[in-house]
Amino acid sequence: MADPMGGAGRLPAVFMTPGTSSFTDFLSQSAPHLLPGARGGLPGPVTEVAHGTTIVAVTFPGGVIMAGDRRATQGHMIAQRDVEKVHHADDFSCVGYAGTAGVGAELIRLFQVELEHYEKIEGATLSLDAKANRLAAMVKGNLPMALQGLAVVPLFAGYDPDLDKGRIFSYDIAAAKSEERTYESIGSGSVFAKGSLKKRFRPDLTQDDAARIAVEALYDAADDDSATGGPDTIRKLYPIVASVTSDGYRRYGDDEVEPVVTAIIADRSTSAGG
Amino acid sequence: MTMPFGYASPEQQVRDKSEYARKGIARGRSVVVITYADGILFVAENPSATLHKISEIYDRIAFAAVGKYNEFENLRTAGIRLMDSRGYMYDRRDVTSRALANAYAQTLGAIFTESVKPYEVEIVVAEVGPTTDDDQIYKLTFDGSIADERGFVAIGGASDQVTTSLKEHHRDGQPLADALRVAVQALTVSVPPGLPQNGERVLTAANLEVGMLDRTRARRQFKRIAGTALAELLAQTATSS
Repeated sequence: MADPMGGAGRLPAVFMTPGTSSFTDFLSQSAPHLLPGARGGLPGPVTEVAHGTTIVAVTFPGGVIMAGDRRATQGHMIAQRDVEKVHHADDFSCVGYAGTAGVGAELIRLFQVELEHYEKIEGATLSLDAKANRLAAMVKGNLPMALQGLAVVPLFAGYDPDLDKGRIFSYDIAAAKSEERTYESIGSGSVFAKGSLKKRFRPDLTQDDAARIAVEALYDAADDDSATGGPDTIRKLYPIVASVTSDGYRRYGDDEVEPVVTAIIADRSTSAGG
Repeated sequence: MTMPFGYASPEQQVRDKSEYARKGIARGRSVVVITYADGILFVAENPSATLHKISEIYDRIAFAAVGKYNEFENLRTAGIRLMDSRGYMYDRRDVTSRALANAYAQTLGAIFTESVKPYEVEIVVAEVGPTTDDDQIYKLTFDGSIADERGFVAIGGASDQVTTSLKEHHRDGQPLADALRVAVQALTVSVPPGLPQNGERVLTAANLEVGMLDRTRARRQFKRIAGTALAELLAQTATSS
């Protein structure tokens, strides 16, 4: 397809039809080939593509922190050292992914447009539960690709103004959505990250504490999982850290993450177990 | 030669349709779009807090309309769909107001010639640029005519009177409060039919809809000003005059 305008001299009827406020629904009618998962069946399982690895999210009173390591792997090789897997979803939520990098990035891009599109057409934002449900529908759309090896799962977190707290939603490849009340991790290093968070999480964490234990969980994941990247102090590549509170989404600058990483390394250097 | 019953020449049809559309638009209140130092300001006389005449379209693009609500709401939704599709397909930077204005012009033109009843709407599409010189304002009328405006534009009922007032008071690079004062003053000049033609009208935060494209904001540059924020800004314009 060339331009969505077409050459008909006026906007096609699908643009002018009232009804849906969903960008995905609209695109499925106007340009279905642009939707993720629209490529049809693949000849066989796909394995040699980049994979994103570990994401963690931690709630604290009044908000939530999400952090992700920077590594993408392809088989036993490191495909990328500075990949960004934690993204702004809208002003009051963020989303990260683990799994096939290409599919994950596309899923997130569509999800961002979906939320913004609804907001502009309706003049109101979706509730946090509705955003989580929209994401579930998108994950479900990817199921055929997941079964052929291109699996991706998102982790969604945001501030719920109705409840005045941060909330976390996780998904499996069949889009089973579950809400996590405290912390959650997805990806290859998630087993180790969750073990780390289990010992350090408290319900009364400050935002700074939450950011510290999230980064430390990624450190623990990288310690035991070869596909998760630890903080790269030589290239100054640190985990992506984002917070969502009643003030909205905020991504931490490298100058804020660096001292956290430095403190963790200093503490670990003096502990017998590393 | 005998004419078929009910024949009207193309000239007559266009004249009739134009007159019909103009009458419809003249019944409505006006909207002013005006530039200021940091962007473009949209001011509409609109007693409804929920049925908007001004809307965000994309990062740097906004929309204002007068006329029949169902018709311009239809165009507004189509515009958001078109721009979001383009941004998704290409990149956010490749979404331009010129493409949107063209799509609207073609659509309105086609509706005007093909339908028995033309759309009774006037529309402004504006895009804020990195500097005042890069700001773009397009005015579209019911028949698909398009005009590229500089500095300010008025649409709706008494747009001629409003434009005269704007021409007199608008200054390039004026601060936000001045632009709002000039816009509100111009809107006060137009008295919608049905209201006493000599009474002093006062426009307050309750019957104004105000939005702006602010080039100093990150990414989505459209912002609505309503409620106490608008009342405070209006108070500021009163003291600065």
